[in-house]
Amino acid sequence: MGKVRLVKILGLALSLALIAGPALAQTDPSGEWAPRFHEDWLERIPGPEIGDYLGLPINPAARLQGDTWDAALIEIPENQCRAHGADYAWRGPSNIRIWKEVDVASQKLIAYHMYTSAYNESRTIYMDGRPHPPDYARHTWLGFSTGHWEGDTLAIFTDHLKENWVRRNGIPRSDEATVSEHIMRHGNYLTVAVITYDPLYLTAPFIRTTDFVFDPQQQIAPWPCESVDEVDRPEGEVPAHLPGTNTFLDEFPAKYGIPPQAARGGAETMYPEYMLKMKDMKLLPRPKPAPPQ
Amino acid sequence: MTTKLLTSSKSRLALGALRIAAALALFVAAAPWQFAGAQAPAAPPAAPNPANVEVHVLHVQGNVYMLVGAGGNITMQVGNDGVLLVDTGLPGTSDKVLAAIHSVTSEPIRYIIDTHVHADHTGGNEALAKAGNTIAGGNVVGDIGASAGNQAAILAFQTVLDRMSAPTGQQSPTPQGAWPTETYTTPERKLFFNGEAVQVIHIPNAHTDGDSIVFFHRSDVISTGDIFVTNRYPIVDMARGGNIQGIIAGLNRIIELATPGPTDEGGTLIVPGHGRLCDQSDVVFYQEMVTIIRDRIQDMINKGMTLEQVKAARPTQDYDPRYGATSGIWTTDMFVEAVYKSLTKKD
Repeated sequence: MGKVRLVKILGLALSLALIAGPALAQTDPSGEWAPRFHEDWLERIPGPEIGDYLGLPINPAARLQGDTWDAALIEIPENQCRAHGADYAWRGPSNIRIWKEVDVASQKLIAYHMYTSAYNESRTIYMDGRPHPPDYARHTWLGFSTGHWEGDTLAIFTDHLKENWVRRNGIPRSDEATVSEHIMRHGNYLTVAVITYDPLYLTAPFIRTTDFVFDPQQQIAPWPCESVDEVDRPEGEVPAHLPGTNTFLDEFPAKYGIPPQAARGGAETMYPEYMLKMKDMKLLPRPKPAPPQ
Repeated sequence: MTTKLLTSSKSRLALGALRIAAALALFVAAAPWQFAGAQAPAAPPAAPNPANVEVHVLHVQGNVYMLVGAGGNITMQVGNDGVLLVDTGLPGTSDKVLAAIHSVTSEPIRYIIDTHVHADHTGGNEALAKAGNTIAGGNVVGDIGASAGNQAAILAFQTVLDRMSAPTGQQSPTPQGAWPTETYTTPERKLFFNGEAVQVIHIPNAHTDGDSIVFFHRSDVISTGDIFVTNRYPIVDMARGGNIQGIIAGLNRIIELATPGPTDEGGTLIVPGHGRLCDQSDVVFYQEMVTIIRDRIQDMINKGMTLEQVKAARPTQDYDPRYGATSGIWTTDMFVEAVYKSLTKKD
């Protein structure tokens, strides 16, 4: 009887140990992940409207760059194949593949590698504690990333970023920004929280989350990019609006019935209580709908 | 023995101090804060102490390295033929530059190319040229003697020599040993060194009137001098023939020469005059910024605005967080003034 009880206890202990899993509870994000574009669809796929700075904690300098930005800038050959930055890449047409690199002898995790469909971007997140490069080293679209575990969350710190955008309508993110990312896997769902810190153009950290769904049948297509001369321009011409001359800025607030003052963005427009303040703001007349064709 | 060593050591220290003092005097004489054409700051900033300088070496790609910390960035190409340097840093830093070079190669310095006249790029000319030598023979040695090979050759655009030297009987701003030994006056000069084509291209009236950029073809690296920097608005030294239109032309030329890799990243790498290692897209951002500001100021000039009105309108305000300065050797006001004067200058 005593022996039977001992065996049962040992069996229970073994079962519990197997169920409990590794002590650190790290949840491996490896796999094929498909985006869900209904999340912020308007901003992501049709693209943000000119002059829509809502919810962005920007300063006046960032706002002026947005106001003077001309979309024709993207058409210049040198800009046509420009990739998204690490903090924005999750928001592109981003089917993602994540896999880990492990030292064969020790089985220690060296790095996570990530491939993003948009612009064929390949990223490495070093997990082996290596230092970041010196300040005179190159900056890249995806920067230099190191990661560690915070419970079951993969936490990433990135610096050495090239200049990029916070929103794809001319609102800049500087090359002095750093990015903190937290990758959380819940079974077949992956949530990525990205926090951008930009001492030059943001007055507060900018936080954005993006979700993905596990898709083991996903086949990511290549994304070749070759720039061409689309418009015959004088050499060195840079399309831009002169300050105070961009007549498109009012279209967004008029179209959506949003006070123009709110469309200018700023840290307070990130918070729900700002909607109370908006009630007292003036609106622009809505444009008349176009006649049926 | 101890006394002799001490004396010798003291002498070396005294000599070293004298060299540094002389070098700093030279740096002050041709200092980059003496940029006429724009309002000068009330007092020059303290000159960096060469004793505190740390020179770091970064492999760029191919045969080319970037030496950081001696003033302006130094580009170094190495190979079996020897060492080619683009610029030589501040006076007084040459011992540390040499140590950095020797951490990569034991080959001698054969060529120095000056991108322009300023002392933070030519300050090490004399010391580093003397630390090297030139392969010479045949008629050259026959005509000049064995001393023909006693130092590395220093190549620059002709106006660099004009500005570093002086007419006979007048005091030159720099010692003769620092002067270019070879000059060119044509749009470009070509060398073949360490198994690759080295193209030295003159950019007229840009940062100064003697600017060169250097393209290492096989390594696929361009060294730009101060036509492109990452840490401030471009300095336009109008007293030495600089002009914002030349800066923009130079940036456009660098963009034209460079070939980006996939996603407009990598490919040709760019060593700026100051700041971090770059590629074409970094130059494109900078060129867009400078061109946009030039166009804004030109529009204000077209509207009849005075320089003070232009400054008050703050045409650079959206780029000031990244490139602006209210103190130091090159303030935002000085940049705006230089752009205004470049655009209103009557030739």
